[in-house]
Amino acid sequence: MRWLLWLLGGVILGGIVHLVTIMLLPQAASQDAYARLTPIAAVNTMAALPPPTPERSVLPFLDPAFAAAVCRYDLSEAPLKLMVPVSPWYTSVSFYTRQGVAYYAINDRAAGRRVIELELMTSDQRALLPGDEEVTSADRLIIESPSTTGLILVKTLAVTPSAAPVARGVLTAARCNPQPIGSD
Amino acid sequence: MRLLLGIIFALAVAAVVGLGTTWLTSRTGSASGAVRIGAWTAWPKSGTSEIDPYARATVARSGTLPIGSGDGVLFIANVDDAGQPLDGRCEVTVSGTTPPARYWTLTLYDPQGFLIANAANRYGFTSQEVVRDGSSAFRIAVAPRARPGNWLPSGGATRYVLVLRLYDTPVGVGVQSGREMAMPSITNRVCP
Repeated sequence: MRWLLWLLGGVILGGIVHLVTIMLLPQAASQDAYARLTPIAAVNTMAALPPPTPERSVLPFLDPAFAAAVCRYDLSEAPLKLMVPVSPWYTSVSFYTRQGVAYYAINDRAAGRRVIELELMTSDQRALLPGDEEVTSADRLIIESPSTTGLILVKTLAVTPSAAPVARGVLTAARCNPQPIGSD
Repeated sequence: MRLLLGIIFALAVAAVVGLGTTWLTSRTGSASGAVRIGAWTAWPKSGTSEIDPYARATVARSGTLPIGSGDGVLFIANVDDAGQPLDGRCEVTVSGTTPPARYWTLTLYDPQGFLIANAANRYGFTSQEVVRDGSSAFRIAVAPRARPGNWLPSGGATRYVLVLRLYDTPVGVGVQSGREMAMPSITNRVCP
């Protein structure tokens, strides 16, 4: 009977251990997407992702029909300006926190322009924006990042394998540049 | 002495139960928030800030970047419609129609999410590439050896998964409300 009680206590404690480790795992994971992309993507620059092959894929579950580029961002110095030309087919921009939470994504049609232009900043930086500036530029697309660092994934679909060079070419013109507030 | 033994026993049980369940759930993904349609499973919330802690742990551990909900929806299948595991030595037919989307892609991966080598260097189909029989329906043969029509090589792998991604699709909302949609069927035809 006494051992049964110890067992019950152990199982309850195990439940707590389970919940705590699940919550801590994203912080502790050493091979998450951000860590895997660090060797190939310098901070605040757009870096092309090598197309996935059976021998090598930077991340698991990459869509081989897409050309992709990634911007590993750090907003601690300044907000970021993102410019992505769209392809004839389909282009999307996805934003992830340092831990890989997809907090925002937009595609070419939703953006409704030939070049997707976005500004990425923390909520503190957004609060620093002059009030009148927000009014004068109503069509500025401002995204608030919940984390100071994170990832921007830019993808362009190659509808057939022969379209892959075109898709990759479109992405070479994509840019992500720090832009201090008040510089433009 | 018995107290000490009891504490050690309880702590050992806690470690095994706690870490074991964490290891299992972060490996296999959790059932919470999953939407199942036929053999296909989607986690629509995984592409949003409302991703649950279990999916977050799975994402961090596997190193994937989940598809953002403003981008599309991902469905994965590791069994056929009859519940049999997908085996690359068999011939499987994926046929029917997909929910509405501007584009879709169907890709074959190993269970860890890496492409499987094959002589044809083909790893999937896009909605523009697939040959249709006059209607909107399509038929793709997943097989180790070449097949007429749309052939997706399985590379002879013992286990693989199929991933259907819908891009620029209105189904995200439909999936979240659990409404039934027409997904392609996966039928296991010939196994040697």
